[in-house]
Amino acid sequence: MSAALAGLKRDTRWRWWEFALFAALLLSWVVLPGRALLLNEIAILALFAISLDLVLGYAGIVSLGHAAFLGFGGYAAALFAKLVMPDPWVGLGFAVAVTALLGLLTSVLILRGSDLTRLMVTLGVASILHELANKMDWLTGGADGLQGVAMGPLITPFGRFDFDLGGRVAYGYTLFVLIVCLLLARKVVHSPFGISLQALRDNRLRASSIGLSVNLRLVAVYTLAAGIAGAAGALLAQGSGFASLDLFDFHRSADVMLVLVIGGTGYLYGGIFGAIVFKMLEDLISAWTPQYWNFWLGLFLVLLMLIGRERLLSPRSWLRRRGA
Amino acid sequence: MLTLLFDGIAYGMLLFLLAVGLAVTMGLMNFINLAHGAFAMAGGYITVLLMSRAGVPFLATLPIAFAITALAGALFERTLYRPMYAKPHLDQVLFSIGLVFMAVTAVDYLAGSQQQNVQIPAWLQGRFDLQWIGIGKYRLFIIVLCGALALTLQALLTHTRFGSQLRAAVDDSRVANGLGINVNRVFMLTFAVGSGLAGLGGALGGEVLGLDPTFPLKFMIYFLIVVSVGGTTTITGPLLAALLLGIADVMGKYYVPKLGAFIVYTVMIIILVIRPQGLFARTGSGK
Amino acid sequence: MRYASILRGAAALLASTLLCGAAQAQDTIKIGVVIPMTGPFASTGRQVDAAIKLYFAQNGNTVAGKKVEVILKDDAGVADTTRRLAQEMVVNDKVTVLAGFGLTPLAFATAPIATQSKTPMVVSEAATSAITDKSPYIVRSSFTLPQVTMGIADWAAKNKIKKVVTLVSDYGPGIDAEKTFKERFTAAGGTIAAELRVPVANPDFAPFLQRVRDAQPDAVFVFVPSGIGGSFMKQFAERGLDKAGIKLIGTGDVVDDDLLNDMGDVALGVVSSHHYSAAHPSAMNKKFVAEFEKANKGMRPNFHGVGAYDGMHLIMEGLKATKGEGGDALLAAMKNVSFESPRGPFQIDPATREVIQDVYIRKVERVPAMGNKLYNVEFETIKAVKDPTKGQ
Repeated sequence: MSAALAGLKRDTRWRWWEFALFAALLLSWVVLPGRALLLNEIAILALFAISLDLVLGYAGIVSLGHAAFLGFGGYAAALFAKLVMPDPWVGLGFAVAVTALLGLLTSVLILRGSDLTRLMVTLGVASILHELANKMDWLTGGADGLQGVAMGPLITPFGRFDFDLGGRVAYGYTLFVLIVCLLLARKVVHSPFGISLQALRDNRLRASSIGLSVNLRLVAVYTLAAGIAGAAGALLAQGSGFASLDLFDFHRSADVMLVLVIGGTGYLYGGIFGAIVFKMLEDLISAWTPQYWNFWLGLFLVLLMLIGRERLLSPRSWLRRRGA
Repeated sequence: MLTLLFDGIAYGMLLFLLAVGLAVTMGLMNFINLAHGAFAMAGGYITVLLMSRAGVPFLATLPIAFAITALAGALFERTLYRPMYAKPHLDQVLFSIGLVFMAVTAVDYLAGSQQQNVQIPAWLQGRFDLQWIGIGKYRLFIIVLCGALALTLQALLTHTRFGSQLRAAVDDSRVANGLGINVNRVFMLTFAVGSGLAGLGGALGGEVLGLDPTFPLKFMIYFLIVVSVGGTTTITGPLLAALLLGIADVMGKYYVPKLGAFIVYTVMIIILVIRPQGLFARTGSGK
Repeated sequence: MRYASILRGAAALLASTLLCGAAQAQDTIKIGVVIPMTGPFASTGRQVDAAIKLYFAQNGNTVAGKKVEVILKDDAGVADTTRRLAQEMVVNDKVTVLAGFGLTPLAFATAPIATQSKTPMVVSEAATSAITDKSPYIVRSSFTLPQVTMGIADWAAKNKIKKVVTLVSDYGPGIDAEKTFKERFTAAGGTIAAELRVPVANPDFAPFLQRVRDAQPDAVFVFVPSGIGGSFMKQFAERGLDKAGIKLIGTGDVVDDDLLNDMGDVALGVVSSHHYSAAHPSAMNKKFVAEFEKANKGMRPNFHGVGAYDGMHLIMEGLKATKGEGGDALLAAMKNVSFESPRGPFQIDPATREVIQDVYIRKVERVPAMGNKLYNVEFETIKAVKDPTKGQ
C-alpha cells in the first residue's frame, strides 16, 4: 500500500474524541432535561452548519444564501404536516427530498462565475424564496407565518411521544437526526468522492486537468448539503409547530457562516463546536436585547477576520512570531 | 406611465450614486465590501443631524456629508481594510458583514429604530403636473445632480492623470505598481471618493428611500446587483445597470405588485448565469 | 488536530450545566411581557414599557398579599423569537400570565404555547380578529380592526364620499380592515375603485400612491401599522395627493398620537375612527396623559400605551378576584372584568374574550389649549362596539 493511500486510510479511522463527542451528545439529553429548548436549537444550528461545511469547507463555494434551504425545508415540513399528514418522520423525509431537489436545480447556477457571482446568485435565490413565501400567502401565511401546524406524535421503538412544551422530545428527535447525518457526512467526506472534493476546493483548474468532473461533483455535494439543510429546517418547523419568513432571512445565512468560522471549516465537527459556542454566547448576551448581541457579534467578526481565522483556532500560533 | 419612467430614472440615478463607489473599489481592490451601505447610511444620518441639531440648510449638508464620509472612508481603508486585501473572499465577506452589523446596531442604539425625516427645503417640494407626466421637483433635482456627477466622474476617469492611474491599477495593479504608480494612494483616494459618493447618495436618498438603521441591509442587495450586472471596469456599466434596475423596480411594483422584488432578483440571476462577468464589462485581465 | 476547538466545545457544554435553573421565589407572581423593543416596531415596545412602568408606579405591585413582577423581553418583531421567549418564560420562569404581542404574527406564533401550558395570554397590542380564535386562553385588551373600521366606513358614506381606494398593509390587521371597510362602505352605496396591499416590511409607498392618484377617487382609506404612519404621510404629500383633492381617511393607526405632531400640517383634516385619542376629554385620561408625558420626556401616549396600561389593570383585577391564582381560574376571572379606562369604558365580552368599548370619529386639528399641537379631536362617539366578525 502506498504511503498516500495509507495516509488516507488513517484519516478514516475513528478518533477517541469522536467517540467522546457522540457520547456527550447522547448524555446531554439525559443529564440536562431543563435546557432541552436551548440544546435543541444548538443541535439544529449544528446540523445546518455541517451542511454548509460540506459546501464551503469541502468544496470551497462561498454561499450567502444557505438559508434558502433551511426555509424551504421548514415550510415543506410544516405544510406537509398541515395538509397531508402530521407524522414527523414522513414529513422529515418529504422535506429532505424536496429540498435536495431544490439544491439540485439551483446547483446549476453556481457552477460558473467568480466568487462574487456565486455570492450574488446564492443571495438572490434566498431572496427570491423569501419573496415567494411572502407573496404566496394563500399557502404560506405570508408575513403572518404558517399557523395551524399540529404535529403528530413521534413513533419510535421506545414508544409514542408527543412533542412536549419543555422540548425534550424535540431534542431527542433532533439528536437522532443529527447523529445520522453526521455519520453519513463522515462516510461521504472520507470516500473517494470526498477526497476529490477537497482537491477541487484547493485548485479547481488542476483538479479538472487530471480528469475529475468538476461540475458533476459540485452538483452532487450541493444537492447533498441542501438535503441536510432541509432536514435542519424541518426539525425547526416541526419542533416549534410554526414556520415563518424569518427562516429565509439573511441573518440566518450570516450566522451559520460565523458558526463555521468559529468552529473551523473542513473537518466536519466544526459545525457542532461552533454552534455550541455561538448559541451559548447569544443566549447570555441577548438576555439584554437582540440588538446588543448583533453589535458584539459584528465586532467579533471584524476582529476575528483581522487577526486571521487560523491563528485564533490554534493558540500555539499566538506565541509564534508572525511570518515565521 | 411617463411619470413612472421618470420616477424609475430618478431611483436608478440614486442607486448609481450609491453603488458607483462599490463598483470601482471592487474592480480595483478585488474586495467584496458589503459594508458599503453603511457609508451611505452615515451620510444620511449626518444630514439629518446637521439639519435638526445645527440648523444647517439642506443644500449645505450635502457637501459636508460627502466630506465626512469620504474622510471616514479614507481612515477605514488605511486601518481596517488594507490588511484584508490579501485574504480569501470568505474572510472579506464576513469582515464586511461584521462591520455592517456593528454600524446598524450602533446607529439603532444612538438614534433609535424609527425612520428619520429629512425636511427638504420648500423650493424642492411639490411637483410640476404637466399633460402626460408628473415631475416631482426633488426627483428632478436628484436626476440633474447625479447626472452631473456621473459626467464628472467619467471625465475624471478619462481625462485626468489620476483617472488613467486608476484605470491602470484596475487592469493590473502589480504592473501599475511596477511602473511607479503609487497604487496604495490610488486605493485610498478611490475608496474615500467612493464612500463619499455613497454618503452623498444616502443624504439625497433619505427622502426617497427612507432612512433607518436597517438601510445598509435593505439596500445591500440592490448595490450588489448594480455592481455585478454593470461590471466593475467602467462607469457607464453601473450607470446603465442602475437605471435598468430602478426602472424595472418601479414599473414592477406598479404593474405587478404581486411579484414585486421577485422580478428583480430573477432577472439578476438570469443575467449572471448567462454572463457571469456582468452585462457591460470589458474583457480585461481575469479578476 | 483541533484540540483547542474540542476543549472549547467541552468547556461550553460544561458551562451550560452550570447555567441550569436559578432559584425562584415562590410567592412572586410573574407576568411575562414580550414586545418588540428594537427593530421597525420598536415604537410599540417603547409605549408598552412606559405604560407598564406608569401603571405599577401609580398602583403599586402587590395583589392578594403577593408581589407581582414583570419580566419584559424583546423579540425585535420576529415571530420565532416571540415564541421561543414565551416558551422559555413559561417553562423556566414559570410566569402566571403572558402579555404584550406587538404584532399579529407574534400573537399567532405564541397561541399554541398558551393553550398547551394553560397560561392566560393578554394581547394588549395586536389587532387582528382571528387572534382570539387561536387559543381559548387569549384575552384581548387592545382592539380589533373590524371594530374600529366600521365607524369610518359609515362616516364616509354619510359625508359625500362615493369612490374610495383602499390601501392597507398586507397582513392580518390590514386585510381585516380592508374587508370590513369594503363590506360596510359598499352596503351603504359607495364604490371601491381599487384595493391595494403594501408589504408590511420596508414598504415603498410611491408606486401605490401613484396608482391611487391615477384612480382619482374621492378618498383613500389607509391602514398601516403604528410607526409607519410618518413615512406614509410624507409620501402622500410628495405625490401631491392632498392637492389633487383626495381625502385621506383611515383607522387611527395612520395618525398615531406618538408621531402625529411631527407629521406637520399635511395631517390636518384627516378623519379617522379609533378607540383612543390622547385628546379624549375625560379627567382620567387627562391625568394619564400628563403623568405619562412627565415620566417619559414629553412622549405622548398612544393606543399601544393605553392597551398595555389597561392590560395590566385587567390582569391585576383578575388576580384580585382569584386571590393570586393563575391558570383557568384567572382566565375565568379576567373574562368578567369591566372598568373605566383612559380611553373610555372598558369591558371584556365573556363570550369572545374581546374588548367592548366606545369608538370615536376624530379629526386632526391644532389645539391651542394643548400647546397648539396636533391632536385627534373626537367629534362623534359610537357606544359599546363589539367586534362585528364574531357571532352575537
